[in-house]
Amino acid sequence: MRLVEALRGGSEAAFRELMRMYGASMLRVAQLYVRSRAVAEEVVQETWLAVLKGIVRFEGRSSLKTWLFRILTNTAKTRGEREGRTVPFSALAGAEQDDGASVDPDRFLGPEERFPGHWSAPPSSWAGEPEERLLAGETLEVVQAAIDKLPPAQALVITMRDIEGFSADEVCNALEISETNQRVLLHRARTRVRRALEDYLS
Amino acid sequence: MRLDRELTCAQLVELVTDYLEQSLPVRDMERFEEHLAFCGGCAAYLEQMRTTIVVAGRLRERDLPPELEEQLLEAFRGWSTP
Repeated sequence: MRLVEALRGGSEAAFRELMRMYGASMLRVAQLYVRSRAVAEEVVQETWLAVLKGIVRFEGRSSLKTWLFRILTNTAKTRGEREGRTVPFSALAGAEQDDGASVDPDRFLGPEERFPGHWSAPPSSWAGEPEERLLAGETLEVVQAAIDKLPPAQALVITMRDIEGFSADEVCNALEISETNQRVLLHRARTRVRRALEDYLS
Repeated sequence: MRLDRELTCAQLVELVTDYLEQSLPVRDMERFEEHLAFCGGCAAYLEQMRTTIVVAGRLRERDLPPELEEQLLEAFRGWSTP
């Protein structure tokens, strides 16, 4: 609550600190709701204005981060709808269609085999990959491209968890989804990104 | 998901996130780890999943574009000095 108090008191240092902590994450998350980078930047500005206006009434029942990202996602959603972008975020509430098995079923032995359900084409270890290759710009582009192709609710959850480093609780609170839902969306998202990386690295 | 005795690889890959999130019931977690101990393919799969998470984390950018930061500061100053 130290930053909240300071911000209420008009401290620019507190504002700068909050911007440093959350600004870039806010921009990335906003971009998942609206068409363009420019509009995402406007969403971030609108959010901060709403935060400054509302900070006197912030009671600290949720964390500042949760409160901030709720304002952000609501602002971004409204903006996205106004743009006529009807993103099926209803998926957050439950039934984004199941996209099947995590791994191509052909990579496992069939029911007629001696060990059904065991790998016939096991994945190979990436431990031998040099770190420079794994973390090279091109590899990062493959990961970003895979995330961009995900259904929006999955993209949102993996972005918040794995890119921006939110905890599971923080994502559930900010997006108002259940733990189970969060986990299912995260699982599908990570599974697809892993597959894209495997295709690229092999 | 309830599992009977032994876990297959096809079942294990569906449980990887639950495992990493530490949300598996204890018995399933034990089966998961037992399976891993003797299955190189699944060990590699889990390691790939962990690497995927690390690589995704590298996409993070910590800084806002400077023009946006400047605009936000201006808005802040407008708010704090009525």
